[in-house]
Amino acid sequence: MDPDARSDVNGSPPAGPGADPEPGGAATTSRELYWRANLRWVVGLLVLWFLVSFGAGILFAPELNEHRLPGSGFKVGFWFAQQGSIFSFVLIVFVYVRVMNRLDRHFGVDEKRPRSGGSPGAEGEAE
Amino acid sequence: MNIQAWTLVIVGLTFALYIGIAIWTRARSTGEFYVAGTGVPPLANGMATAADWMSAASFLGMAGIISFAGYDGSVYLMGWTGGYVLLALLLAPYLRKFGKFTVPDFVGDRYYSQTARIVAVVCAIFVSFTYVAGQMRGVGVVFSRFLEVPVESGVLIGMGLVFFYAVLGGMKGITYTQVAQYCVLIFAFMVPAIFISILLTGNPIPQIGFGGELAGELGERVAAGERVTLLDKLDGLHEELGFAPYTDGRKGLLDIFCITLALMVGTAGLPHVIIRFYTVPRVRDARSSAGWALLFIAILYTTAPAVAAFARTNLLDATRDAVYDPARAAEGDSVVPEWFRTWENTGLIAWLDKNGDGRIQYTGGTAFTTADGKNKPVYLTPPTDPAGRGVHGERLLLLGDDGVMPVEEARNELFIDRDIMVLANPEIAGLPAWVIGLVAAGGLAAALSTAAGLLLVVSTAISHDLLKRAIRPGISERQELLAARISAAVAVVFAGYLGINPPDYVAAIVAFAFGLAASSFFPAIFLGIFSKRANREGVIAGMVCGLLFTTVYIIGFKFLGWSKESWLFGISPEGIGSIGMLVNFGVAIVVSAVTPPPPPEIQALVEEIRVPRGAGEAHEISA
Repeated sequence: MDPDARSDVNGSPPAGPGADPEPGGAATTSRELYWRANLRWVVGLLVLWFLVSFGAGILFAPELNEHRLPGSGFKVGFWFAQQGSIFSFVLIVFVYVRVMNRLDRHFGVDEKRPRSGGSPGAEGEAE
Repeated sequence: MNIQAWTLVIVGLTFALYIGIAIWTRARSTGEFYVAGTGVPPLANGMATAADWMSAASFLGMAGIISFAGYDGSVYLMGWTGGYVLLALLLAPYLRKFGKFTVPDFVGDRYYSQTARIVAVVCAIFVSFTYVAGQMRGVGVVFSRFLEVPVESGVLIGMGLVFFYAVLGGMKGITYTQVAQYCVLIFAFMVPAIFISILLTGNPIPQIGFGGELAGELGERVAAGERVTLLDKLDGLHEELGFAPYTDGRKGLLDIFCITLALMVGTAGLPHVIIRFYTVPRVRDARSSAGWALLFIAILYTTAPAVAAFARTNLLDATRDAVYDPARAAEGDSVVPEWFRTWENTGLIAWLDKNGDGRIQYTGGTAFTTADGKNKPVYLTPPTDPAGRGVHGERLLLLGDDGVMPVEEARNELFIDRDIMVLANPEIAGLPAWVIGLVAAGGLAAALSTAAGLLLVVSTAISHDLLKRAIRPGISERQELLAARISAAVAVVFAGYLGINPPDYVAAIVAFAFGLAASSFFPAIFLGIFSKRANREGVIAGMVCGLLFTTVYIIGFKFLGWSKESWLFGISPEGIGSIGMLVNFGVAIVVSAVTPPPPPEIQALVEEIRVPRGAGEAHEISA
């Protein structure tokens, strides 16, 4: 899906300690691991996204239409194109939300305070 | 109370609600005007995004399109929902972390270039205006159909309302009005859908009834004693009447693929959708509000194809060899239902009794065309004039060069406007008058919420991206807020003008909006996040090449009349945005690789937007 993103992780060096707002070198590696885990999940979920829509709903729809969805009158390909893909999309996004919240906490990059009465975050914005 | 009185009451109540919300949520700063002070809870933002996204076309048009296109209509269902997966996984959280106000903000800052910013501003304004013209028209059409006022007055009323809450409330006012509008529109869509599902299949859940057997009051009559599923019956009717099968496709596989992809990527790249994810407090809220938005959209988008199939089955059954004039019907003849005449009077149905037998023949093929090749009825007289009625009482069509010419090869005698599928549903299902008023209010909510969101993008692009970031960086916040209000006001007036005098290529131009968003914004933003190597030269070259390619293709085939034979790989102009996107990606990656990498501070910025921690408010002025 995104060869550029992958080559980026493997190829380009980290921005260096100077660019990292967190003190200490450990944060850089941890961030890189976080980013890599993030990309793995995104690629995996996008494969699923592709399979339920472009796969089952379009490319393999003619073959899948030979079969019926059990317990209903839907041809399988038609069902994926008009119903199943959409249900799957919703699931995919909510799975992503859960996984990323866990990853954020695991790698210590989550947002700690819900919202601090109007002042910008402690690190400010990278300009 | 009759239908009109109910419509007036319900529409009036919803309008009063919107105005109340607008006064309660007035914007006091540019932060509130542009991004609602980043204080919108994710669930509310999900609803607002859903209302923002679902336009008059989704509410009124989509079920109708699917009803007539069958499987081929799936491109819209998958395309307009699948884009949210891309948005949630690839763009929204990072743009929220970046934390400015607009899409051109990101493009301009990430690619350290005013040229890139200006290209993005021009695209954002163009995409938004093409869209908004259709929305204002939609408001006018709903008014004229339900309240029998001229389309022009309807547009003016809609303009007044949007003017009030968009100019006053900015993003904050729009967001909370959109939450209310989502509730109105989804309720208005679901009530008739549930009743029709019960009538045809005996199941109150349309998504399940869609795949079920015909049962229930109407369903048993359609099935005529058989045990048959709705979809099999529908395919059977299609075959019998000479239409292409409902559950199979007619378009080429590659074309379907490309159209779906262009719509998905275009959805993810539309500025008025992206901007909504700047309004939530945290990065994790941006992710979850994308999920909520998609869920709220999915409720309508999975119901619409069910409604389409129900309405189609009912339409084919109700009109099959039906006698138009009840007085001439013999024992056992079916007679056209009452709603048929109602919608004939509004000009959405036309019947040309070619063989003079007094019965409707509705089959594959076009019944008649106008001299310039359009399939639109031209009536002899207005509906109130008895002189314009034929022997059976039908509205006569004007025949000849100024009117329509019958297509002799086709047996088909019927013209049916696609919009009728949603509009006529309450009457088909025999629902009380207040439901029809509700559908009118729902259609208005869908059109108004989308129009307001688009107008905000236009006003932000002018006051923030052009004035503040490019022309006069020194202006104060108060001046900028005033400029934002003035440009919102000007944009409303301009949109209203387009709604009253619509360019006759509005439909074609929608393909353009998606093609442009797909071939310009999506690759630029994606590379800006996922590649530290993508630089100014690469992305500007990519955007320009992608845009040029898509523009030339669409203008050539849509407006200059190039022959369909020379479509690239058989891809229609609707789907060419996906190729434009690939062109953009290819050019951007190659050019970036042979030019110097972005400066270190930009690479640090990319590092920074990849992690959620430290997302502040979208306030660059106070920071």
